[in-house]
Amino acid sequence: MHGGRSMAEFLQLLVNGLAVGCIYGLVALGFVLIYKAGEVVNFAQGEMMMLGAFVAFTFIVQFGLNYWIGLALAVVVMAAFGGLLDIVVVRRIIGQPQFSTVMLTIGLGVMMRSGASMVWGPETRGLPSPFDKTVLQIDGVVLSAVYLAILVTTALLCVFLLGFFRFTRVGLAMQAASQNQLAAYCMGIPVKRVLSSVWALSAGVATIAGVMLAPISLIDPNTGAIGLKAFAAAVIGGFGSIPGAVVGGILIGLIELFSGVYLPEGFKDTAAYIVLLAVLVVRPQGLFGAVGRKKV
Amino acid sequence: MSHLMEVRNIETYYGPTMAIRGVSFDVSQGQIVTILGANGAGKTTILKTISGIMDPQKGSVSFEGRDIQRMDPDRVVRLGISLVPEGRELFPFLSVRENLQLGAYTRHDHKAVASDLERVFEYFPSLKMRASGPAGMLSGGEQQMVAIGRALMARPKVILLDEPSLGLSPKLVKEIFEIIVRINRDSGTTIVLVEQNANVALQVAHFGYILEMGRIVMADTGPALLEKDDVREFYLGIKDKGVRGVRRWKKRKTWR
Ligand SMILES: Nc1ncnc2c1ncn2[C@@H]1O[C@H](COP(=O)(O)OP(=O)(O)OP(=O)(O)O)[C@@H](O)[C@H]1O
Ligand SMILES: [Mg+2]
Repeated sequence: MHGGRSMAEFLQLLVNGLAVGCIYGLVALGFVLIYKAGEVVNFAQGEMMMLGAFVAFTFIVQFGLNYWIGLALAVVVMAAFGGLLDIVVVRRIIGQPQFSTVMLTIGLGVMMRSGASMVWGPETRGLPSPFDKTVLQIDGVVLSAVYLAILVTTALLCVFLLGFFRFTRVGLAMQAASQNQLAAYCMGIPVKRVLSSVWALSAGVATIAGVMLAPISLIDPNTGAIGLKAFAAAVIGGFGSIPGAVVGGILIGLIELFSGVYLPEGFKDTAAYIVLLAVLVVRPQGLFGAVGRKKV
Repeated sequence: MSHLMEVRNIETYYGPTMAIRGVSFDVSQGQIVTILGANGAGKTTILKTISGIMDPQKGSVSFEGRDIQRMDPDRVVRLGISLVPEGRELFPFLSVRENLQLGAYTRHDHKAVASDLERVFEYFPSLKMRASGPAGMLSGGEQQMVAIGRALMARPKVILLDEPSLGLSPKLVKEIFEIIVRINRDSGTTIVLVEQNANVALQVAHFGYILEMGRIVMADTGPALLEKDDVREFYLGIKDKGVRGVRRWKKRKTWR
């Protein structure tokens, strides 16, 4: 090992990489939820995260609300926004060729980006977090509580989602609609409303991701660009697998941070895509994807 | 007497193709009514039209005196019409129990839902052992049982069954049809049974219709249809030896 690179630094990198990866993972999860339910790939998922962070910024910094209340309000506002986006725009082009939906969501992302810079300005913003000043020292290793909080929040969110999908009526209806839309309809599940709730849910998850990202890497209207890395994470995970999305995100986060430190300049930004290519060559269906779809 | 369900002159299209060419039939309360027809006759399309998956261009479907054509499927099922679709259409990654519970999605009487779940397991004991496994891993016959059970869970007034015998062994077909009769007898559930297997269907049906190329060409009681020469020859594959000489030069269906 190089001179100063110690175990402590390794652990710090590990935690930071995990944390960044969790954020990718949560955005990726949003991609997967929407894709599984409605077969729409929402390329504006990163922008939803960015908007969520800005809405929280308004509540917490500009209005001076309590952090948790501001966060909760931002999640509610963004969930409503996500649901409306489906009802007003996306729902209308269901059944059109995939290309139209791709272009539509890319266009929505561009609009969100310019909308955000009109409302909040193009400059970068910080969002304080209640964990900012806390530092944990374990065996001489200094760990920032902000990063640990991201890990804990992501874990809790995953448990919550798991429970939601398995044990609630709406969660079960979402699963049903994503596995067999026609049959779901025939069970009396209001499929259109369920799809809109999926949009609301993934906008809410994206907001939480954005609010967690803000303290570690200031936000600006272009922050949504990490949506592309999250997309890579979703593909690595098998696009369609929820645990796959989170694992894919964490993998990218870890490799990105470690390659930034241990590999020459330039690898950090391409690491995600190198991993993506490697995974796709070895396991075209993704890490968690089902085997044996199509031969040609 | 007005019927529980009255279908009048429906015409249903797939794009420019007319699949149903003005079909009318009645379904009386508590009966098993069968619609027989060969591949492509339009059986599935009729059930899709009733259940709201497809909209007819013309005509009406009335249920308990109320027009239901062009209603969305989630509203039709709330009125008490459940479809057991062709090809089962289960939720493959959900467990058998979850599939059945989703059948009761429109209901809120939790106690009754739980006892209905027990009733389904009593009808289909082999499902009970596989209740926690994913429905996609079941055999075709077991999947058909889940599909029927799932429809039952809605406590429907009418069950629409699309070729329940498809791909099953004769023994399993017999078992499934016994259950269909039991469902009809036990709870007075009206059943619309679409089939190619005319023999088993006519054994259990009170009334039957014969569908060809999107039109109803014959209607009679189940036992009467079983006795008709045309039905025997073209749907049951039975040729009466006595009239064979005559049939050779006159081999056409009498309804054409
Ligand atoms: N998705 C579709 N697009 C176009 N035409 C269709 C479609 N589905 C069915 N058809 C046509 O509509 C007609 C009726 O089809 P339908 O599926 O109702 O027949 P069926 O009686 O259920 O046949 P089977 O016994 O094979 O299930 C057929 O001529 C078929 O070719
Ligand atoms: Mg059919």
